[in-house]
Amino acid sequence: METDKLLDIYTRILRIRRFEEEVGKLFAQGQLPGFVHLYIGEEAVGAGVCAALRDDDYIVSTHRGHGHVLAKGGDMNRMMAELFGKRDGYCKGKGGSMHIADFSIGMLGACGIVGGGIPVAVGAALSAKTRGADQVAVTFFGDGAANEGSFHESLNLASALKLPVIFVCENNQYGEFTPATSAMNIKDIALRAQGYGIPGVIVDGTDAIAMYDAAQEAVARARRGEGPTLIEAKTHRRGGHAEGEDAFLAGQQYLLPEERDAMRRNDPLLKLHDYIVERKLVALETLEMLDQEIGQAVADAVAFARASEEPDETILFADRWA
Amino acid sequence: MPRKTYIAAIQAALAEELRHDPSVILIGEDVRIGVFAGTRGLHAEFGDARIIDTPISELGVAGAGIGAAATGLRPVVDLMFGTFLYLAFDQIANQAAAMRYMFGGQTKVPVTFMVQNGGGIGAGPHHSQAVHPFFMHLPLIKVVMPSTPYDVKGLLKAAIRDDNPVIFLNHLSLGGQRGDVPDDEYLIPLGKADIKRAGRDVTIVCAGLMVHHALKAATKLAAQGIEAEVIDLRTLKPWDEETVLASVARTGRCVVVDESYPVCGGASEWAACISEKAWDHLTAPVQRVSSAHVPIPFSPVLEKMVIPQPANIVAAVHRVVAQPEPERI
Repeated sequence: METDKLLDIYTRILRIRRFEEEVGKLFAQGQLPGFVHLYIGEEAVGAGVCAALRDDDYIVSTHRGHGHVLAKGGDMNRMMAELFGKRDGYCKGKGGSMHIADFSIGMLGACGIVGGGIPVAVGAALSAKTRGADQVAVTFFGDGAANEGSFHESLNLASALKLPVIFVCENNQYGEFTPATSAMNIKDIALRAQGYGIPGVIVDGTDAIAMYDAAQEAVARARRGEGPTLIEAKTHRRGGHAEGEDAFLAGQQYLLPEERDAMRRNDPLLKLHDYIVERKLVALETLEMLDQEIGQAVADAVAFARASEEPDETILFADRWA
Repeated sequence: MPRKTYIAAIQAALAEELRHDPSVILIGEDVRIGVFAGTRGLHAEFGDARIIDTPISELGVAGAGIGAAATGLRPVVDLMFGTFLYLAFDQIANQAAAMRYMFGGQTKVPVTFMVQNGGGIGAGPHHSQAVHPFFMHLPLIKVVMPSTPYDVKGLLKAAIRDDNPVIFLNHLSLGGQRGDVPDDEYLIPLGKADIKRAGRDVTIVCAGLMVHHALKAATKLAAQGIEAEVIDLRTLKPWDEETVLASVARTGRCVVVDESYPVCGGASEWAACISEKAWDHLTAPVQRVSSAHVPIPFSPVLEKMVIPQPANIVAAVHRVVAQPEPERI
């Protein structure tokens, strides 16, 4: 892989990591309303896949969507303002963490309903095909969503109509707090692709380069008009289901100690960092400078969000009928 | 003026809009064959790319229509029966009705969901319900329920051109109705009611099949010296309060008739609004006529007992007309 591309993917991952760390802190301080579901641990999936997309390709996201917006090139200021519920947020404070969208970069929305975004991505692909455009649509979703009817209907529909969709399952091994192993009787969700007559690929979702390679192949297939691919990214969520989840769990543990160890060993950011440094592809100082720049951008985003005004009644009743 | 059936008027509206705008597509199960004939013949003219048969996957197909609408197309999604909309409810309620608002106006969702709504032909519990109140309840989605061939053509064309999601409810038992339908282009604006019969004594508010039942009731009432004004709402959301309130101000009496259920039904909504806003004009409480609160039974005898009939409407009008005029001081 070219070093520029590698650095591009690394930058996407780092932007997500630093943004999410800050969001976690703000949430713990009680500064953010509602729920937040952090993408820490899964960054290589969104970053690797989005690095294989064009600006005019579409993505549809999930309740754990901050990483997807940033991976597609979203603006940190407007994202942070949305998480604060402020008027300068992407959705003027009406969407929040689970419903951020940026149509200008093909980001068609996060989604608070598990599996709810999958059919929408199929529609975006149908639109591209009908218009004769060679855009593709990616839908990210979790292992939990792979048990929703919308997943199965969408894989079949996209396969039957040969639509340019890439189904990216982020198998982080838990649907909320229920292990995937007890929610399905198969180990690999990618197997389900076979039932719909499309390729199913298993990828190490903590390996950004592998994610990029798998996505590139699926995207090329979709652009050639050969139809959808299901990519199962084996990954994990470092922070659990939602920030502040201890309050829901009331002392109950659901992760095994060895799972925590595995997560630490397989940190997608550190893995890519080490890959770059060991091969001396980019100077360490450059990476450190990048980290500083991103840290500053996150701090600026928080300042931007704080400075933004609360939405008012005009905003409440705006954006209703088109 | 050419006479056409209700179904032929649907065909005409779809064909005209497909010709008018290349971003219009038709998707759904059996749209090529056109089981109810509303989509029949379109595939021959518009081909595979725009007349798209899908698997029987209501949720997935509805969502695909929404995603396509948010990215530049103007899809008509044919889901056949009103009760099948229940299978697609998540996509309609959580995506179609919410996307524009929750994303701060970044997109519009110009999708039309077309189904046959209501009963009256012995199709049994799973194919006969009038489902419109579920969609009237949702914000930011329009609901249209035409009663005549003329209206169905003009309203369907307007629904497809509308930039908002629209639930378009053809009536299962009106498909063979004949009426005057111009071949020329015309649109009927959504949100405008139509006074199907003028009268001075009582206002009957209704839509869809109930318009025909109300007109029959009005003929009977006329023979008894009671002149009923029959208002066909045509669009159930947003509905034409202005026309209804103006009529009630003239007649002072109102019966609301709806094929849906009595609890949180169409009639409940209209009656509440009329009672609130036309109180000073009313000489009797607004009367509701709705379907009985049971699944729609198969037996034609039982089905008739459930769905409001002209006789039920006549009886309701008698209840409001029996009220004495208030004493004028």
